[in-house]
Amino acid sequence: MECQEEKPIIYTMENKPIVTCAGDQELFRSLYTTLAQQLPREPMEWRRTYGRAPKMIHLEANFVQFKEELLPKEGNKALLTFPFLHIYWTDCCDTEAYKGSVKEDMLRWQNSLRTHASPDWVIIVVESNDNKKKNKTNILPRSSIVDKIRGDFCNKQNDRCVVLSDPLKDTSRSQESWNSLLLKLRTLLLMSFTKNLGRFEDDMRTLREKRTQPGWSFCEYFMVQEELAFVFEMLQQFEDALVQYDELDALFTQYVLNFGAGDTANWLGSFCAPVRNWSGLLLRRPIDMEKRDGIQRGEASLLDLRSYLFSRQCTLLIFLQRPWEVTLRALELLHNCVQELRLLEVSVLEGALDCWVFLSCLEVLHRIEGCCDQAQLAANCSHTVGLWAYATDKLKSLGELCGLVSEKGPTSEDLNRTVDLLAGLGDERPETVHSLQSPYKKLKEALSSVEAFERHYLDLSHAAMEMYRAIGRLRSARLVGKSLAEFYMRKGDAERAENFLQEALKSYVSEGWSLPVTHTRRQIAECQKLLGRTEDYLQTSALLAGDVNLSTEERKHFCQEVLTYAGKPGDQSHKVTLSMSVFTELTRLQFHPAKASVHSGAVLQVELTLRCLMPVSVHLQQLAASIHFEVNHGDTLRRSKGHQRQTNQGTVEFSLGSSATGGMPASALVPSLELDEVQDRSPTDNSLNSTAVVCRNTHLLMRLHDSSSSSSSPPDTPNCINAAPVAMKEGAQMLKVQDVTLEPGNNSIILTAPSERPGTYILRQLCVTVGHVQFVLPHIYPSVQYDVYSQEPQLTVEPLSEPLLAGLPQMVKFTLLTGHYAVKKGDALQLSNTETMPVFPSSSCSACILSPADELVGESLLSIQASEKVTSISLPPTPPYHTLEFQLQVLCIIPSGSQRLPNERLTNGEVRHRPRSYSHPDTPMAAIDQRMSIDCPWSIYSTLLALTFYIPFKTKHSLLSAGNRKYIQVWLRNVSDVNFTLADVKLSEKQQASLELQSLNTKTQQLLCSRHSVFCLWEVRWKDDLPLCLQCVFSANFSPLNQDVSAFKPFHYQFQLERVPTLYSVKAEIFPPAGEQHCRSGLLCGLEVCITRLTEPAEAELAEDSKTDSDGLKTTKLMYEVADSSSNWAVCGRSSGTVSMPMAANATHKVQIEVMPLFAGHLPFPKIKVLKYLPHTPSTTIQPDPDSCLENDSLSLLDKTLEDQGDTASIRSRGSIHSVGSNEHQQQRSSTMPRLEPFSPGQVFNHSQSQQVLVLPAADDHIIEVNAT
Amino acid sequence: MFGDSIRKCLAGLQGTQTWRVGIAVIAKENYPLYIRSVASQSELKFHYTVHTSLDVVEEKISAVGKSLGDQRELYLGLLYPTEDYKVYGYVTNSKVKFVIVVDSSNTSLRDNEIRSMFRKLHNSFTDVMCNPFHNPGDPIQSKAFDGIVSGMMVQTG
Repeated sequence: MECQEEKPIIYTMENKPIVTCAGDQELFRSLYTTLAQQLPREPMEWRRTYGRAPKMIHLEANFVQFKEELLPKEGNKALLTFPFLHIYWTDCCDTEAYKGSVKEDMLRWQNSLRTHASPDWVIIVVESNDNKKKNKTNILPRSSIVDKIRGDFCNKQNDRCVVLSDPLKDTSRSQESWNSLLLKLRTLLLMSFTKNLGRFEDDMRTLREKRTQPGWSFCEYFMVQEELAFVFEMLQQFEDALVQYDELDALFTQYVLNFGAGDTANWLGSFCAPVRNWSGLLLRRPIDMEKRDGIQRGEASLLDLRSYLFSRQCTLLIFLQRPWEVTLRALELLHNCVQELRLLEVSVLEGALDCWVFLSCLEVLHRIEGCCDQAQLAANCSHTVGLWAYATDKLKSLGELCGLVSEKGPTSEDLNRTVDLLAGLGDERPETVHSLQSPYKKLKEALSSVEAFERHYLDLSHAAMEMYRAIGRLRSARLVGKSLAEFYMRKGDAERAENFLQEALKSYVSEGWSLPVTHTRRQIAECQKLLGRTEDYLQTSALLAGDVNLSTEERKHFCQEVLTYAGKPGDQSHKVTLSMSVFTELTRLQFHPAKASVHSGAVLQVELTLRCLMPVSVHLQQLAASIHFEVNHGDTLRRSKGHQRQTNQGTVEFSLGSSATGGMPASALVPSLELDEVQDRSPTDNSLNSTAVVCRNTHLLMRLHDSSSSSSSPPDTPNCINAAPVAMKEGAQMLKVQDVTLEPGNNSIILTAPSERPGTYILRQLCVTVGHVQFVLPHIYPSVQYDVYSQEPQLTVEPLSEPLLAGLPQMVKFTLLTGHYAVKKGDALQLSNTETMPVFPSSSCSACILSPADELVGESLLSIQASEKVTSISLPPTPPYHTLEFQLQVLCIIPSGSQRLPNERLTNGEVRHRPRSYSHPDTPMAAIDQRMSIDCPWSIYSTLLALTFYIPFKTKHSLLSAGNRKYIQVWLRNVSDVNFTLADVKLSEKQQASLELQSLNTKTQQLLCSRHSVFCLWEVRWKDDLPLCLQCVFSANFSPLNQDVSAFKPFHYQFQLERVPTLYSVKAEIFPPAGEQHCRSGLLCGLEVCITRLTEPAEAELAEDSKTDSDGLKTTKLMYEVADSSSNWAVCGRSSGTVSMPMAANATHKVQIEVMPLFAGHLPFPKIKVLKYLPHTPSTTIQPDPDSCLENDSLSLLDKTLEDQGDTASIRSRGSIHSVGSNEHQQQRSSTMPRLEPFSPGQVFNHSQSQQVLVLPAADDHIIEVNAT
Repeated sequence: MFGDSIRKCLAGLQGTQTWRVGIAVIAKENYPLYIRSVASQSELKFHYTVHTSLDVVEEKISAVGKSLGDQRELYLGLLYPTEDYKVYGYVTNSKVKFVIVVDSSNTSLRDNEIRSMFRKLHNSFTDVMCNPFHNPGDPIQSKAFDGIVSGMMVQTG
């Protein structure tokens, strides 16, 4: 209660319940101080009616002298002046005195109380020993006076008379009596309160129930209920007091609402009177008596009533220490009042309400500031900021109304209005006359001049903004800022306005509120136009021209602004560069051809789909796309897959800008990860070096992540206030098109891309030129590129069908990729002929020419000229980067066995590639790589091409003997997948004319199915001598099954057989032991081996390994060996030995050996081996035969295949065995040991081969072995 | 105490005219998913109002966030009154905000009615989100949702 400049008449907070004092005033005065002090000391519990919670209250009282006038008259409802308790004081202790005067006085007192129906009284009798001493004579027992009084007045109400003993003495007795007195007083007071307030409330309620009756007046009722509030306030029951006002508030509100709904109460008429005074709330007085009187008289306006009601509520709330509720309620009240006036259709001078609200806001704020310290205020900005903003708002509209915001200043009309408004404010209230910053002064000053208004308005705005910022309500702050900007614009200060607008715009853009964006942007455009910031203005205009929130007319207007500037004649060199995104959107880019990779010089077109955002069609002088060129250093292998994906079908779709999605904010458009696989391959053999996954848009993702965490400015989007001026990079290569007209909506524009130099072209920027204005798209994203390559001519040969079979004519396809080379007329391919692979030129050979797109362009006959050395193929003229295809028939001659030998020797040293056969792991066929050497017109070097042919056959031979007779067997296996017909199987001997090979084969033609074999057999017949060595050639004709006889192709197989004649025959015989018919197991038998020389020694043999005996007869040493591998026989004694054989026909040598059969049954003879025995010859050292070595080497591959077949027993190539033998030979010769050498298969004929002999079981066979396994 | 009962007994007398200004659905990132108002001339003001109300919504959400534990009340109550509007807020668990702006002169709408409107709105919004063809984060273009909102706007208290 700091601002109580003047004492209100009676109703102050100093009010206390009135207690009247009658009787001995002197006595009372002496006790007053103690009484007034002691009464409130102890709280009392106040039990309440209507179920209200009991309360502890401290009772105070205003003790006044009893006067008849104080007693309430009939019908007077005033509670404040109501005496709640009447006390009669007396210290009479003298019966006479009592009877004489006191009693009479008391009676009078009682009577007047009774007439006014005041039952709340008490008589206090003060006793003191002093008194007693003074009047010793008339002393009556103390009790008697009290008893008398009780008897006279307190009819059955003994408690109405209280004794106070020795009040002025500090004794325990005195204390006790004080306490009981105080307790009594409190109890009586409370009783009185309860009774009187209860009665009052009942009356009040009755009155309220009458509200539907015609004569009911709200104001009257108001006064009644307020009385109750006052009493509660007096009793310091602020909460209860507030409730009374809140109820009044609600009741009134409801009436107003009902009025709005058509239910009119008569008494409301006074509140509907035109508002004449708008001086605002007055919160500095606890009770605004002026207004209260108005209400009492029924003359108050709605604003008066509301103001008064609120001021009371405010006072109580501050008592309750709830200042923030005051601000909250104040805002509500102000809003509400404005609404209510509207609802009641009260006529108000324009601006008057604004004045009232403004003053009220400030008044509330002042009031709050007055009762809170600075720290508290700062911490509770959120409660006061609403009032600040509201006041700002109102001041602004007042300023506008009074012409204080315009550039020119107020007109006379404005001034009149101002005067009217100021008149309604009345005089300043006396409370604030001396305060410099009163709301009244502020408003008056603000309305007095443009400058003052500006100052006040800015103060308020900044204060509000500051507070909003402080509590984090940035949007609200920006809205105030926007309002401020509007003010500045009215004042013509576009620069400041723009700053605020830009800030607001930023927030709208970042949060994607398109309508506010449009609105704010339009304001910005206005500012920028005023400021003459052409570039910015054009940018904003372009943005607005494409803004769908605007009407078409407005859009056209802004578009025209841009076009007008663009079309202004003048210096062409200065161009305004704007962001393209406001003008048009690149939505799609398409390459033709789709693979976006062309050879140099080819036509590559780029089709751009541009969505023009302008409302009218715009003519462009030029549309250009700048290109970044990169030379590929032959690393086309490193082309990532991502590139291929991106130009999938040659089309790149660009994600639509935010304007298409109706203003979705950039922050919501999180780009997805763009991952690419990158493979790094070795340039030499195309093997994978490394592979990786690469994120192509990390820069975007990382940036977004950052910005979201710090909530900084959004990424550069078309919605952004000003796209930073982007410069078109000059100098680079460009895709250009001149004079295009863009229609609103989608446009398709075709550009021709430069493709002279091979390399990668990356489209970087897009630029549209309209007169002086350039629209630039600084980055084309995702990146778009195309490749231009240059290719060397390339000639490839491939089989038409796999596999190519040797020995048969096969078609091969020649493919010539011309690359950058144009085949001219007369160009020819020169194939060097080789005898192993002749080319069959056919006259009907034609070549196809294919375009890069694999379309057939032309077909022409090839002229092929074959000379001895070369085959020349004349090519038809073919343009670059085309494909020329033709087919040729070639034949790979199957190398026939050992014929290679001399050839190889001949070509030794020459750089001539001989076909070599080798086995291929995938196929059982032996493969031959056939190389072709081709001279091409575009190169000075010969092109070497290799074809792999497969030999469809596999052959083996073997020599079979029967005594002296010889047979040759040839085994032919078809290892290909083709079925053949085999015909004219022949075997011939080259050297021995006398020799006759008699075919034992019956069929002339036979089928040789895939993976099947054929055996052919010939008997060798000779006339004179059987030559030691036979050079045989096996030949056959073959053709694929079901083909013409003419298709038969020969197949040759050469082989050599050595040491053909049979030298020895070995005959074995087994004799049973003497006296036995048959051999018996376990008994020794005789084995007789008979070795017979069959032929005369040949010269070679003689020379080779014979020695002359002392008797002149040539002998040779043989070694025999009886070996039984199957353990059928046990050899007793020596199983081997040497014999000396004379080198003459029919020389025989017999050897006896004892053997024992181990089992019974038909047992095969033990094996008898005969070997050449070469005794130790120290002197002879034979150099290794180079031939054999070579031979060995050259044959190793063939041998290997043979061995792979696992058939080593019968067929062994001549060279192989020989060489192995000779190797051993060498080793052994160098040693001092004699050595053994086996005979060739044909040289020893064993008669008893696979012969069997019957062996009987042993005689005593009582032992039976049973083996169970 | 008595005021309330008076208000109730008088409520029957008053008219049923209801004029709601608008309903807005705002994404978690604070851009509008759906925004609709009746009075087209003040549409711009409505947008500004709703946008500004986000301040209070955020304030309330963060205030709630501090007292973790019990389930959050989705209804935020009156965000702030202005002279012309009352702005009510509601936040789903996925931080999508619903804002209903009611004309100040409309006194028939009580807290409970606003609450039930929000609940209805939330249900309809959930249906929209359940649509597999709807891409969360896109502006709402559902006819059903539109219907619910229209129903609320013309519905008389």
